[in-house]
Order: sequence, then C-alpha cells, then structure tokens
Amino acid sequence: MNRIYLDYAATTPVDERVIDAMLPYFKEHFGNPSSVHRFGQEGEKALDDSRRSIAGNLGASPSEIIFTSCGSESDNLAIRGAAFARQENFGYKHLLISPIEHPAVQATVDQLVSLHGFEVSYLPVDQSGLVDQGKFKEYLREDTALVSIMAANNEIGTINNLSDIAGICRGRGIPIHTDAVQYAAHHEVNVDILGVDLISLGAHKFYGPKGVGVLYVRSGTDLLPSQTGGSQEFGLRAATENIPLIVGMAKAFYLVQEEGLARRERLIPLRNQIIDFVLEEIPNSQLTGAEPSKRLPNHTSFVFENLDGNLLIQVLDSEGFACSSGSACKTGDPKPSSVLTSLGYAPEWALGSLRVTLGKDTTRNEVDQFLGILPGAIKRVREVSR
Amino acid sequence: MNPPAGSRIVVGMSGGVDSSVAAALLKDQGYDVIGVMLRLWSDSNTENRCCAPDAQLEARRIAGQLDIPFYVIDAQDAFYQAVVQPFIDGYAGGITPNPCLNCNRQIRWKFLRSRAKALGAEYISTGHYARIKISKNGSYQLLKNPDPDKDQSYFLHVLTQDDLSWTVFPLADLSKPEVRQLARDYGLAVADRPDSQDLCFVGQDNYRGFLREVDPSILKPGSIVDLDGVVLGEHQGLAEFTIGQRKGLGIAGPEPYYVIEKDIANNALIIGFKNKLGRMSFNAEDVNWISGESPTDPFNANIRIRYKSKAVPGKITPHGNNLAHIELTESLPDITPGQAAVFYQDQICLGGGIIQRKAL
Repeated sequence: MNRIYLDYAATTPVDERVIDAMLPYFKEHFGNPSSVHRFGQEGEKALDDSRRSIAGNLGASPSEIIFTSCGSESDNLAIRGAAFARQENFGYKHLLISPIEHPAVQATVDQLVSLHGFEVSYLPVDQSGLVDQGKFKEYLREDTALVSIMAANNEIGTINNLSDIAGICRGRGIPIHTDAVQYAAHHEVNVDILGVDLISLGAHKFYGPKGVGVLYVRSGTDLLPSQTGGSQEFGLRAATENIPLIVGMAKAFYLVQEEGLARRERLIPLRNQIIDFVLEEIPNSQLTGAEPSKRLPNHTSFVFENLDGNLLIQVLDSEGFACSSGSACKTGDPKPSSVLTSLGYAPEWALGSLRVTLGKDTTRNEVDQFLGILPGAIKRVREVSR
Repeated sequence: MNPPAGSRIVVGMSGGVDSSVAAALLKDQGYDVIGVMLRLWSDSNTENRCCAPDAQLEARRIAGQLDIPFYVIDAQDAFYQAVVQPFIDGYAGGITPNPCLNCNRQIRWKFLRSRAKALGAEYISTGHYARIKISKNGSYQLLKNPDPDKDQSYFLHVLTQDDLSWTVFPLADLSKPEVRQLARDYGLAVADRPDSQDLCFVGQDNYRGFLREVDPSILKPGSIVDLDGVVLGEHQGLAEFTIGQRKGLGIAGPEPYYVIEKDIANNALIIGFKNKLGRMSFNAEDVNWISGESPTDPFNANIRIRYKSKAVPGKITPHGNNLAHIELTESLPDITPGQAAVFYQDQICLGGGIIQRKAL
C-alpha cells in the first residue's frame, strides 16, 4: 500500500542535502573537537562553522548558541538553568508560563514546583490558544524568575507574537524563554525582533536529523548547567559534541532560511484547502487553534464531536494516511489532551481530535487523496463510537 | 473456510504464542493482516491481564517482527457494560458467572468486528484452538480441536452463524507442540500466554475484594445449614462459595462437607456429605444453537459443564428457542448455576447455555 505521511509536526524526513553535509563527519572527519591534534581541529572547525551559521541565521552571536540533543533538552536547560540561577542569585521563585506549553516545559516546571520550592502562574489563553497579552503585566511578580511562552503550539498550530511581552520582560530584567521548535521550522527567527532571551530549537522538525537541538542564550542571561562534566558548550552542556548531527542541523536550518518563504507560499493554500473542506463537509467539526493567518503554515487541527480520535488515527493509517491526534495513545487508554482541555473543550469534543500537518514535499494530489477518504473514515468511526 | 486471497483480516493479539502464530500463518498465506489488542477495563487496583503493559509490548514486538500494523483499541466502557456489570449482577443474584462467555460474545466478537469493519477488514481472527467447517447444507459448524486439553470450543459455543461466517481460526486442528514448532519456524520468540485469563479485570484471586468494593451487599453473612435445615455455622457471603466446593467451609463433621446448594432467598449455604452432592438433570437458559435453529425433538449428546471437565452423555430436550432441559447418564457433583453447559455430537459443538439455578 502506498503510504502518505501527513504528520510533519511530529517529525520530518532528513533532506538529502542535509545527509550529504553530514556524511563526511561520521567516518572521515570523526575527530573530537576537544583534542589537540589535526583530527580534533577538523571537528572543531565543523562545530565552529555550524555555530556561526546558526548564529548568523538567528541574528545572534556564535557564543549565544548552545548545541543540545533535542528541543526538549533545550527546554530543560532553559527552564531549569534560568530558574536555578535566578533562585541562586536573587531568591526568586515565581515561574510564569501558558497553560498550553509543550510537556518538556510543563513537566520541568512541575518538577521545579514540587521539588524545589518554585511557584507557577498561568497566563490565560483564549479558546484559540492566543495568550492574553493585555493582562501580562498583572501576572508578573517582584520575584518572577522566568517567563516561558511557546512561539507556536505543536497541537493546535497557534502562533503567539511575543515581541510585546518580551519587551516588558526585558524592561524588568526578567528572562523570557520560548519553545520555538515548531515555529522555527517554518519561519525565520531574528533574536532582536523576537526579543526573547532563550529560544529552543530542534532539528528534526525541519528536515534535519533527530538527536540534535539548539538553545539560544542571549548574552548576559544567567544559566546553571543542567548537565555537568567537561567544559563544552561554554560550560553549559557537558558532552563530546555530536559533530555530524550538529553539521546536519546547521545545514537544515540554513535551508529553512533559504526556502522558508517558498515553502510557506506553497503550503498555505494546501493547508487552507484542508481546513475549508473539513469545516464544510464534516458535520459537527471545529477547527482548533487560531484562524489561518495566525497559525503555522502547514498545520491543521480539528475536533469532531462524539468520535473516538484514537480509532480515527488507526482507521486513517489502515487506509495509508499517517496523521496524529492530541489524545492519541498507543496503549488504548485515551485521555482528552491537556491542551484542548485547557482551551475549554468538553471531553466529547476533545477526545475526537485530529492533527494533519503538511511537509515541504506534500503535493496537492496527496491532499486530494486524503480529503477523498476522510469523510468516509470519519463516518465509519462515528458509527462505532459511542 | 478460507477468506478470499488478499482479504484484510484483523487478528486479536495477546502477545502469546497462539495468537502470534495465528497472525504469522495468515500473513504467510498472503492476507492483509492487522494486529489488534483491545484495551479492557480493569479494577483500579490492577492492570487487566488480557492487555497488561507487558502483553502489549510483546504483541507490539511480534507485530513489528511480522511487519504488520498493530493497534490497541479502547474497549474499556464496552467491556464494563457487557462483562463487568453482568458479573457483579450475577453474584448479586446468587450464581457463579462466567465473564469470559460474555466477553467472547460481546467484546471479542461483536465489538472487535465493529472496529475491524471500520479498519476495512471483513474478517476477524484469533488464536483459539477450534475449527470452522462448512457443512453440506452450507451452514457453518464449529468443531473441537482434537486435543481435549487445548480444545477451546467450550468458550466459543456462544458464536452464531453470522459470527462464524467472518471468523478465521488459523490454529484449527493444530496441537500445542505444532504451534510451538511453528513459532520456532517463524522465528517468533514468544512465551506461552493464555489467550484469555479468567477474571482478567480484578487482581489475582481477589474477586471477593472486588465485589465487596463495588457492592458490599453481595457479601452478607448468613447461616450454614445442613439438608435438614439445622444451623451448623456462619458464612461471610454466598458469593464466596460454589456448588461442590469442599474447602473453606470450616465445619467439622464425621466426613467432609460439601456445598450442595445456595438458598438465595434465605441467604443460607446448604451443605451435606458427598453422597448428597450431585445432580443428574438441570435446565439451561440463554441457549445458543450454533446452527441457528433449535432442534425440535429431544436428542442425545455429550455435555460439558466446565471448560476442562470431560463430556458426559445425556439427553437434551429443547424448550422453545433458548431453553433446554438436560438429563445426564451420570450424576455430576459440580453442576454450577451461571456456568455454561455445552453440547457436542462427536466433534461438532452444537451450542450450549447457562445452567439455571433450580431444576424444573
């Protein structure tokens, strides 16, 4: 069976050009950048070039780029590192986040609260996942250690413009982090325009390899390392650098900058085609997340009333279409997604969620094929759902 | 009975050797196989043993090895309605219910079939040891597996002609050693794992605790009396006992006492000596005739009153569509209301019903 992948927000295939860039660093140039000899120097050069490339694309300086193993690790380092530094330096213990953060942020904050004496507040979001910028100041405290608001939500695709919030934080000297793992896979990021102090990126969302990420750390932002050991990555992340993956990430990120606009222009009509079709053709359906102009260019997400979302994913897979759902669960025990619950969806809607995310090589024909089978699949699943 | 070549078949996988080999055989025969495990309800103190995390991992691993899709489908609500609630009600009504029968009928067949259809499959398959044959008149027959130790037709007597028309039992007549050998031939490293586990939804040996939790009134203390009504002691709840039970009575006598009968109206447990135990006749209700039609005249058959017990010859007199009176040629000590009596002629399973509480 010809399988069609429509789950690019989960992960993407590695671009051929990225593979070509990485290959020499597995075997030919395998040196450890910390070594004194020529082998090591080759590795160090690749590391340095990659760091410069990513810094250049972000409008940052190379010393502000920390390579990690993934977006989740970047989130962990940012949240834990900044929170601990602020606690250590000033005794601050207040964290401000949104209720729809990625688990890498939410669970890290939960641990800081339960084990390390921190307190958390949640900046309200509307039903589309947009944060209430007008109320932001009211939620800041004298002892706010860190603010973290995601740039674009993985589950509902909503993009939050953080410039104003970041400006307020900078005015008060409060570090602000954003998980931009989804956002930066589609949009150019300039650290001065965005204005935040800490940015998490993950390569596998933009046709880079899995197992490598970046944390941008604005110069002057104090962090405690969460992984201790050698002095790699400016003492913030001990580990022998994974040169091939780092090279791959730099290449993939460069390609986002080069091709991002063209990718977006091609994807937006396909995305809108799906949204228009579903809302028109599928009874009792809703778009989750923001309206098209405020969401990721490849991202559609829906809820269908009284439908077993897990079964829908399985049925679609059995027809050759790989999609995702906020409540999807491999162990057959679906719970309404915490994001949809936070946004106010009742369980009979939240359990029936579907996320369809497109990739740079998704064709109109693939979208047409998908939309051709979707109404029938939903009808069959609804017939057997309670 | 073989589905048309290339048909899509959903196989219920438990992670054990039987259903794994069933899936491997179908895949080998060129079918479009999808592995499915149903997520069943369980008491909050335990994992359901038919879909425990390690069973899921095993099934997922086997599916990966066979390169077939594998999905775990949520059946928790349906399982509670169709299996757990009747189990509680059965004990409340004084019988010893057999939840596996309801599970087979309502969950493993009806529910799974509905999901299989949504997945585009017209057939379902399991690792049961039993065979389906099309008879000369075109109807489906359920046949025993020749190995009396492995034969699982007892639990399958609830299936209908319609059920059998879209069911595939790849293990059919195979013996357990043959299935194990097939597992080796396919390179499947799987341990034995029963395809179904008695009382999978409560903790091991804890159905009493479960009943106490859901409905304390099910286990009320009452009198233990002899056949003359003389009170010999107290019991902690009739649900703790089953007909023919000897252990756990705690009453001393010149010879061992056995549970003869439960007097639900008086909440009394009637006990007696071994010579009082045993009945030669009983009624069955909820009778399913696999042929789809109730025989009109009394007929002789072999009757099995427990999964592992040997079949005993007897005469079956059908009353209407789903009642039957059964007279055995010998007295059996453990005819238990709530359990199934299943009827056989030679290799053919004719159907069966639930043993009623009182003889006519």
